[in-house]
Amino acid sequence: VTVSRVVVVGASLAGLRAVEAARKAGHEGPITLIGAEPHLPYDRPPLSKAFLAEDADEPPHFRTEGDLRALDVELRLGTPATGLDTTRQVVLIGSEEVPYDALVIATGADARHLPGTEELDGVFALRTLDDSLAVRSALDAGARTVVIGAGFIGSEVASSAAKRGVDVTIIEALPTPLVRATGTQMGAAIASLHSRNGTSLRCGVGVASVEGSGRVERVVLTDGTIIPADLVVVGVGVAPNVAWLEGSGITVDNGIVCDETLWTGVPGVYAAGDVASWHNPTLDLRQRMENWTAAAEQGAAAARNALDPANARPYGTVPYFWSDWYDVRIQFVGEPGADEVLLVDGDPSDPDSTRWIALYRKGERLIGVLTVQGQAEIMKYRGLIMKGASWEDAIAHADKRRALAADKAAANKMASAG
Amino acid sequence: MKVEVDYDKCTGLGICESLAPDFFEVDDNGDLILLKADVTDAELGEVEEAINGCPTEALRLHRDS
Repeated sequence: VTVSRVVVVGASLAGLRAVEAARKAGHEGPITLIGAEPHLPYDRPPLSKAFLAEDADEPPHFRTEGDLRALDVELRLGTPATGLDTTRQVVLIGSEEVPYDALVIATGADARHLPGTEELDGVFALRTLDDSLAVRSALDAGARTVVIGAGFIGSEVASSAAKRGVDVTIIEALPTPLVRATGTQMGAAIASLHSRNGTSLRCGVGVASVEGSGRVERVVLTDGTIIPADLVVVGVGVAPNVAWLEGSGITVDNGIVCDETLWTGVPGVYAAGDVASWHNPTLDLRQRMENWTAAAEQGAAAARNALDPANARPYGTVPYFWSDWYDVRIQFVGEPGADEVLLVDGDPSDPDSTRWIALYRKGERLIGVLTVQGQAEIMKYRGLIMKGASWEDAIAHADKRRALAADKAAANKMASAG
Repeated sequence: MKVEVDYDKCTGLGICESLAPDFFEVDDNGDLILLKADVTDAELGEVEEAINGCPTEALRLHRDS
């Protein structure tokens, strides 16, 4: 059976890559790309980083409308899919039916909001281009800013605000931020970047209410502290966008449940990106990623497999994400759920130490690596994890790299002395 | 074929290094070094993966005329 009609639901990175991969794989039939937002597909990582911190004129669109027209894609933007009938093989946009032979679901995740703040102006999540533009203009106006949640998005927003010279306070309910993403030890270390850069971070205290008449005026904490605010940015995580699939027969459990080929178990239907929970054969773990690399790669892999299910290939990866705070780059490869975290370079408690490397051990295997300003190191470790390197090999590699760096530093010193 | 880096776009994220380490390496300053530019047919697959994997779309394949 040849696939004639391809439908991709979700017009962000994974959806775009699905469309491009389908054409590259030689699919000549119709392709429809359905997106909830009115915008052409755009790049999200810059929205809380450079796009927010600097005054870029152009939104970070991946492609022009002309580029997409050249791919002969029917664009249905600003029209969220509202339902899926897997028996009749149609996607619903309201009462309209869009038939498919192969379907890639890439509806991503939506930012969680704080209940009770929906009616207040000046309270934003940061997920979409519109969010970023609104936050940017509030920062530009010098808004007193409170960031709720010291995860990656909240921290990036706080550093971008600091770059704009705006005073920021970050509120984090947990005693240590980023524990789920990086473990306790490194979560605390990374969080110290805020105090190193003059941003106030308050951990272990909740938000009792966000108040104001019409516009936000203050944030009240559970310990009674009142923080005046003109802008509140909420970074308390995302939830996979699956409500529209109710009753479709697609299995949902923290995202769409897929096998290692990104197949949902329903004929013709694959999933990709933040919405997909799949079995990652590289780490032998069920995972749902919320990062750029997985979205891009899964989008392409899901489309290729949807076009040729008989020859579907597993998609495996060593997960990777990065985050830019102040002028510091944080990078993580692998999986943070470890038995042991070992710092092999740098010392977060030393103010002069700016480069840190931590290895994550699961059993006898290297499972993850975190670097702060370790751009030259991180991808060598990704290679090691891909190869299934042992903990012993990883430590030996770290020792070798440290010795090499010491030699290099000594040589530089000699050269500058001579 | 040759692979090219657009250094105005590249921010040294390094995904290319993990996919095609014979071609790309990020240095201590976070800058990307192109270790070699000429791509043989046998190497095309990994270089294409690196190109597709680049979040800043900073890599390009230049086909010799």
